[in-house]
Amino acid sequence: MPSDDVSHTSVAQDSCRSCWLAAPGLLWLALFFLVPLGLVFTISFASRGTYGGIVWEFTWANYVDLLHPLYGKILAQSLWYATLTTAICFLLGFPLAYVIARSPARWQPVLLLLVMLPFWTNFLVRTYAWMILLRHDGLTNNVLLALGLITEPLELLYTPTAVVIGLVYGYLPFMVLPLYVAVERLDPVLVEAAWDLYASRWAVLTRVVMPLTMPGIVGGCILVFIPSIGSFITPDLLGGARSMMIGNLIQHEYLVVRDWPLGSAVSFVLMAIVMAAVVLYYRQASRGDGPLEGR
Amino acid sequence: MKPRSMGVNAVSLLAMLFLYGPIIVLVLYSFNAAHLSMTWRGATLKWYAALWHDEALLAATANSLLIALVSTIGATSLGGLLALGMEQMPRRRQQILEGGLVLPLVIPEVMMGVALMLLFVTVHMPLGLTTVILGHIVFNIPLVTIMIRTRLRKLDPMLREAAADLGADAWQVFRYVTLPLLRPAIWGAVLVAFTVSLDDFLVTFFTAGPGATTLPLKVYSMIKSGVTPEINALSALLLGVSMMGVAGSLYLQRREV
Repeated sequence: MPSDDVSHTSVAQDSCRSCWLAAPGLLWLALFFLVPLGLVFTISFASRGTYGGIVWEFTWANYVDLLHPLYGKILAQSLWYATLTTAICFLLGFPLAYVIARSPARWQPVLLLLVMLPFWTNFLVRTYAWMILLRHDGLTNNVLLALGLITEPLELLYTPTAVVIGLVYGYLPFMVLPLYVAVERLDPVLVEAAWDLYASRWAVLTRVVMPLTMPGIVGGCILVFIPSIGSFITPDLLGGARSMMIGNLIQHEYLVVRDWPLGSAVSFVLMAIVMAAVVLYYRQASRGDGPLEGR
Repeated sequence: MKPRSMGVNAVSLLAMLFLYGPIIVLVLYSFNAAHLSMTWRGATLKWYAALWHDEALLAATANSLLIALVSTIGATSLGGLLALGMEQMPRRRQQILEGGLVLPLVIPEVMMGVALMLLFVTVHMPLGLTTVILGHIVFNIPLVTIMIRTRLRKLDPMLREAAADLGADAWQVFRYVTLPLLRPAIWGAVLVAFTVSLDDFLVTFFTAGPGATTLPLKVYSMIKSGVTPEINALSALLLGVSMMGVAGSLYLQRREV
């Protein structure tokens, strides 16, 4: 971009002076983001004193403790809920993204806005809405009873099912956006060619549409997985004692058990999972978006 | 063109219904006269009226507004300056910072909450309104910076060049060229930061002391202590406020790009 280079050389004299503008913000983030994270990391190698304080003595014990089946179960459960959420979001989000990307151009921004708008509203409140729907005497049960599909109310709230429904509800927009971008870029001529060559509906989908939109699919899946695995509110409100996730375990260790070193170790395991997903996302994004990418 | 599949249309309709159904039900039930059951007993505004007489709720509202206001001012200034400063850096450093700015946004909020709590407890800072505000500024800085950077990139560098050629010094270029052009983005960022702060639950949950209850914390404790119709009314109001905030922000960002 030549115009950019010109501006860079001409303002070079005072460039360093302007660079300092970034300092206060960066300092703030260092002080209230990086330092706290470092603190969590350090404490994860300390141990809990008899009366709940912290004993500053290096130990791996907290990470070893996490291998206990109880914690292992919560970890595995979280991974399972997040994976299931991602899969369901894909099944719902792909057709939606496809319809939006293939609708008249002036409708597309409006439809995308409609998909994103709920995401920007209070998460707590949206999760609470599902409590109304799934309660023992909630709307879902009332409707099913009235239709005669069931004879007595189903136990929906405080189950793993409720947690996954809540997570899908919360993060579906994250799936739709990258998929929309991918489908929008997909050349309709390629799909048409497949039809002309008598490809079956399934073959068009799995051998043309999906391979060509793979970057969007992978991106969307990672964007849904990240907040799902780290969620706290959804399992806290919609799940029962048996459908705890990592976020709930962290809160439990910190505020209820008051074992901060163990809570910190759990936090870092969660952070490692999230960071792995983030790295995967950026690697995917930087691989370029050639038309045949991702086959 | 590919024959439109009925199935695809049906699933996307279902997905839209899924996104809006719960919100619509919640708002409808906030007008339901029935006290406990979910059956419809006619429309009423009494739950909204009841909110007005709830002292604790009004105090929480005041706290929420104060926190949102102060943290928005803080984050917009710090984040705005950060965006302007980044613009002058070598490209490589910009990319690194950009990657770093995403971190506070992707990290699980529960972890950001405990980390901040740990910091404040370690330095013996009593948890209260101040600690909540300090925390809210942290997650709002990246949002503001990213939004203002997006706008800065779209600006024609020639405009600033022209001003400089006509003898404007660095401050005058900023004051009379860059700032007016950035104004819609800045107001958009203000609205988003305010809305996000108002809606935040987790960071607040871990950094608020006993006297610093905010609206989301109040909603949470109301939900946990048993469902009353007032929560529905309060929830509907909160939904309305955040939708307006976002709509306003989008309108400002779209304008004259």
